[in-house]
Amino acid sequence: MSQSLIELRGITKSFGGIHALNGAQLQAHAGEVHALLGENGAGKSTLMRVLGGELQPDQGQLIIGGEVLSLKGPGDAMSRGITIIHQEMALAADLTVAENIFLYDLPRFISWRKLRARAREILDRLGFSIDPSALVSDLSVAHQQVVEIAKALSRQARVIVFDEPTAVLSTQDADRLLEIIDGLRKRGVAVIYISHRLDEVFKIADRMTVMKDGQWVATVTPADTCVSEVIRLMVGRPVDTLFCDRNARQHGSEVLRVENLNASRKVRNVSFSVKAGEVLGLGGLVGSGRTEVARLIFGADRCESGSVFLKGRKLKLRSPQDAVAAGIGLVPEDRKGQGVILDMPIRANVTMANFSSVLNLFGFIQSDRERGVVEKLAGQMRLKSSSIDAPVSSLSGGNQQKVVLAKWFHLGGDVIILDEPTRGVDVGAKREIYELIEGLAANGLAVIVISSEHHELFGLCDRVLVMSEGQICGELQPDHYSEENLLSMAMTHRPALSHVEIRT
Amino acid sequence: MTSLSVKTVPSKSKFDFGEFFRRYGTAVIFLLLVVCATMLSSSFLSERNIMNVLRQVSGTGIMAVGMLLVILTRGIDLSVGSIAALGSVLSAVIVAQYSTGASIAMVILAGAACGMISGVLVAYVRLQPFVMTLAMMAIARGMALIISNGQPIMMGERGDTITDFGTSFVYGVPMPVLLMLGVFIVAALVLNFTKFGRLIKAIGSNEEAVRLSGIPVARYVLAVYAISGALAAVAGIISTSRSGVGSATVGVGSELDVIAAVVIGGASLMGGRGSVFNTLLGVLVFGVIGNIMNLINVPGYHQQVFMGVIIVVAMLLQKGTGWLKR
Repeated sequence: MSQSLIELRGITKSFGGIHALNGAQLQAHAGEVHALLGENGAGKSTLMRVLGGELQPDQGQLIIGGEVLSLKGPGDAMSRGITIIHQEMALAADLTVAENIFLYDLPRFISWRKLRARAREILDRLGFSIDPSALVSDLSVAHQQVVEIAKALSRQARVIVFDEPTAVLSTQDADRLLEIIDGLRKRGVAVIYISHRLDEVFKIADRMTVMKDGQWVATVTPADTCVSEVIRLMVGRPVDTLFCDRNARQHGSEVLRVENLNASRKVRNVSFSVKAGEVLGLGGLVGSGRTEVARLIFGADRCESGSVFLKGRKLKLRSPQDAVAAGIGLVPEDRKGQGVILDMPIRANVTMANFSSVLNLFGFIQSDRERGVVEKLAGQMRLKSSSIDAPVSSLSGGNQQKVVLAKWFHLGGDVIILDEPTRGVDVGAKREIYELIEGLAANGLAVIVISSEHHELFGLCDRVLVMSEGQICGELQPDHYSEENLLSMAMTHRPALSHVEIRT
Repeated sequence: MTSLSVKTVPSKSKFDFGEFFRRYGTAVIFLLLVVCATMLSSSFLSERNIMNVLRQVSGTGIMAVGMLLVILTRGIDLSVGSIAALGSVLSAVIVAQYSTGASIAMVILAGAACGMISGVLVAYVRLQPFVMTLAMMAIARGMALIISNGQPIMMGERGDTITDFGTSFVYGVPMPVLLMLGVFIVAALVLNFTKFGRLIKAIGSNEEAVRLSGIPVARYVLAVYAISGALAAVAGIISTSRSGVGSATVGVGSELDVIAAVVIGGASLMGGRGSVFNTLLGVLVFGVIGNIMNLINVPGYHQQVFMGVIIVVAMLLQKGTGWLKR
């Protein structure tokens, strides 16, 4: 085996007395895809920030090409060929794709023609037809990710760290990304790959390092382990079934009915209905119009035509205000941007959608009552926080999502729509969120789940509607749940099996 | 018990200087200034001087409350000085024809109306607050000049009640000062204990999340601009009440003083963060600096430079000590 290109040895880093890293280690060879696994808060991102020169370790060594170094900052790390592609993308949204790719070494005088041509070349190499003169803000999240990768490639990176790159990608784009990563490996780049999607990791990784509580747990190869073993290493205990038994659910009468919803070209003639206690899945590729449908039902965007009925009554949805008043909740896909108010306490976030319950006659907030309500909900959700007065920003992703869920629990409506409810959430918290969704269904709510993780849809939902190009192109029943069926519907508008019900 | 400060951060066992200054920076600056002032001038701590300072800042203070609300929603209101001028002129003009009570009500409504125009265009049409209120700043000042024809307007006898308000004392405290303190108390109650207060902070922190919680965000944004306009008109009336003259040149440049006071009070122009109590301290810091420099005869031009320096120092303190380490 070749010598390690980079090695992190005995890295310790603490923030205010708490060990974020405690003797963490990692080595990666040139031409290797090395997966870094662990629950959220295990210290993966912190370790990568050390590698990227953003943090100085308290103890430990960083060895690059056999040389012990201390990085002076992110710029130093980059000049040594280390690039980190973060979960939160670092793109200038108002600049063009080409400008973003070469942001770090823009020539003093820009020749647009040359810049575009160079960008074009890199993008072509990645196999994406993205217009180099398009504004980044106009691209889909998946394409923005591609721009990030192109940016790293433009800088001749020797080590590229991907921090959950596929969390925001559809299966198709994720597969493409895995091909790109394979290409990087062949060119001798050391790829460090952080992901919660274990099936992907097993496909792509040469080795896997598992971390827990800031410590190294094990380094294994996909050949001599299995998914459940890795989960056991990550969690420190065996995980039985992630999902609850959907056969135990009791379906009531129809709660929500959507008829011929249309909005520009993004949503076309979408009709469906959901019963009380039912969990309906919306599947399909990213950009197929699932999020748009959710936002239309919630009144966040205006629809051109079509109607939404709640318990047989036609709703006038001009704004989210109308939807909330009618008892419809939305857990948006962009948790930090749209779901929670990071700077405000948990308490204020939870009561946001249903203030009247904690106000007195004069419009003043009754602190005691609010505290009681929120503490009860936090207990129910097993929210891990120092107190309900702590700002939401102090919570992990999974717990932030629980705060959003608590908001809608507190509203106690009839319909809840969850858009990518477990994106960027670790395995332990995922399971808890699935249980909470189960609880919502058991309380007689009509639940709609949008997810790009197919096993999640199959595990949670009573049936799955598959969307493509703004239309519903089919419906899958549990007997026919399989990734092939879903993808063939999404990509060919035709079910793989002749006897699956088709809606047009 | 909830404290007056907006941000409550879980206390750590270790004393954190940065955190301390972020929360109490304005108070520290204020106390330091008072100590300096006492040493520099024997007359600073006299009752007369203190009341003088308070009376001087009463207009700025009242406008600062409106500004704080606007800034909390991540906006800015550049029109307060001009609306104060319009309020000053209108109060002198209207009181000549109507009863005192009706005149005051009409002037405050006129201020609120100016604020509402800005508010509608910011909240519903989504014009940028800076540009919209810049336009309103020109419009309101222009209106004040048109109505007054550029001349000071004497109130005459009919304005006696208003002048009385500006010049009388209760237990040695000038009426405008009491009014300012009243406005601050009401604002503190509203911001800390009501739905309205919590929502405007939330809107400044993450407007989209608030909208997606089913809150009519635009209505709240409109409201803060209307309140800011109304309070600016009140400041204009106070100016007239102190001098007995309505003038279109009242409050030229005062929007910047008001913004500076709010910022010294620790509010973030990025919205969501700020407290009423610290804003009051910010206003007082502003008043005390001007007062000391007058007492020890610092020339006016030098005063401006010093003012600017103090704003920077205050911002650095609130940033915590983190920047020193870089």
